[in-house]
Amino acid sequence: MSSRTNISCLQEAKRVAIFGGTHGNEMSGITLVNMWIQNSAEIERNGLVVKPFISNPRAVEKCTRYIDTDLNRAFTPENLSAPDVEGLPYEVQRAKEINRMFGPKGSSDAYDAIFDLHNTTSNMGSTLILESSTDLFNLQMVHYIKKAMVPHTCSVLLNEHPQLKYSTTRSVAKHPIGLEVGPQPQGVLRSNVFESMRTILKHALDFIELFNSGVEFPPCTVDVFRVQERMDYPRDTNGNITAMVHPHLQDCDWEPLNRGDPMFLTFDGRTVLYEGANTVYPTFINEAAYYEKQQAFMTTCREILAAYAIRKACK
Amino acid sequence: SVVAMPTVSRVAVCGGTHGNELAGIYLVREMLKKRADGTEPVSVVTVMSNPRAAQLCVRYVETDLNRCFTRAALSAPVSETSPYEMIRSQELNALLGPKASAQAVDLLCDLHNTTANTGLCLITYSDRDWICLHICKHLEMASTPVRYVHFDIPLNEAYSLDSVGKHGFAMEIGPQPHGVVRSVIFSAMQEGVQLMMDWICQFNSGTLFEGGWVDVYTMVKNIDYPRDSETHVITAAVHPNLQDRDFCLLHPGDPMFLCFSGETLRYRGKEALYPFFINEGAYYEKGVALSLARKRRVQIPSVRSETLR
Repeated sequence: MSSRTNISCLQEAKRVAIFGGTHGNEMSGITLVNMWIQNSAEIERNGLVVKPFISNPRAVEKCTRYIDTDLNRAFTPENLSAPDVEGLPYEVQRAKEINRMFGPKGSSDAYDAIFDLHNTTSNMGSTLILESSTDLFNLQMVHYIKKAMVPHTCSVLLNEHPQLKYSTTRSVAKHPIGLEVGPQPQGVLRSNVFESMRTILKHALDFIELFNSGVEFPPCTVDVFRVQERMDYPRDTNGNITAMVHPHLQDCDWEPLNRGDPMFLTFDGRTVLYEGANTVYPTFINEAAYYEKQQAFMTTCREILAAYAIRKACK
Repeated sequence: SVVAMPTVSRVAVCGGTHGNELAGIYLVREMLKKRADGTEPVSVVTVMSNPRAAQLCVRYVETDLNRCFTRAALSAPVSETSPYEMIRSQELNALLGPKASAQAVDLLCDLHNTTANTGLCLITYSDRDWICLHICKHLEMASTPVRYVHFDIPLNEAYSLDSVGKHGFAMEIGPQPHGVVRSVIFSAMQEGVQLMMDWICQFNSGTLFEGGWVDVYTMVKNIDYPRDSETHVITAAVHPNLQDRDFCLLHPGDPMFLCFSGETLRYRGKEALYPFFINEGAYYEKGVALSLARKRRVQIPSVRSETLR
């Protein structure tokens, strides 16, 4: 650390991967990665190697989220250390393989950064998902991307929640970054969503190239939405949902939800109100894949994270 | 002059023909909860068409159920090893048909959703079915545009469930992602079914419905995505200028696709046509990026149910 000002000296990020098809029906990432596997010119940068990779090829082939189990929940310590036996769910086998290729998770041999490309049926716009509030490299990168995207908005979701945090495919890398762009139906490619995701990645790779070349990034702050809790649909005793996201909440990702605001509308026309004491910022509102995970939306609270200046560590 | 037609005594409302089109599935579940008490003016049978697919929240389990209602498919020999949907289509034909027979239900309304921005469409095989056309005329809704879409296919080759009834249509509402229920879409479907039932009750009790004009969109052709000649992989997305613009006239030279390479591909047809089902998720595997229709005004006569002696 310099005595004049706090600058974190960090290792270069030489090995970077871009994952598409972690969910086989989220088409923007699948299309981008397949395109870059054919022709990688657009993702090449000086001073780093960028590998495009289809993480769940069998699910992509069937245009389905997963075959046996959600790959993006499969990178738990138990799964990654499971012995190679017959009958392991496909995605557990795949998680172990990905951990061998791009990890091992938690080790110094792991890839420096992995971008995992996702789409959502929710109206989240362009969202970057972080798993740590103290990863300076990621905070600085996200700050760079947000500035570069202006006037287009890029929201930042931070999931550091002890219970709701999950073992993602990208967590194998030292610096995991989730890209979530919506709204886009499963199995559909929307041009504007595809191009937004493409642009975010362009800026992300530009940042890494600049960082690796020795550029110093001054201290910055990042506005984030921190995950608070998961809200399920009202259900009957058989587990069937009895209400839908209320029209006033539908598509209002990142907008404040206050006590007394409409939240759900039952099939027979009754409104259910939000009863929480504090204002929250909902996200992942009405995501198709989360009906089976008992989630109608997630609540978040706004926070400002600070990052020290960073530059590449001298050898 | 007034056309006299038989009463619409037996109605079927079907949902879950595709197991991930949720508005119809939830509406049918709600309708099934209400026990019929015998005072209903019209006999309505409510059916979950593809319960296995609905359970798994997938479009179909082995094959698209809504392509299994051609005369050939309905008369093909089936066994336990046949695809589930081939067995099911014959079950539905026995329950609600048989197709093209006197025993078939008078009207079959099959509930669907699409990822395309279609509003509410009644999709049918005839452009002179006065019952269907009058119902369409009756369905004026504040929440969504209502249109009549016609596929000019003879009854034998008509492949969808709605062709089983003496009169029938798919009530298709979009946009809604598959696997999601959006409350405005559910409400629109509920209102559409209610207005349809209102018309049927009034018609059956002898009300005269004045003739008039209905815009009919007749399907002309489908357009596939541009694909790589060797790998067959899609090389473009629906152009942002066309995305979500179902039923907005597409002129020769208008942008249609934006290639991943950045090039714009334009509509090369000679005739301006009306695009619909623009970017329907389930149609990628069928090689359809959008369908194109011709619009014309169809005159419909006044109708009244015939009094049986």
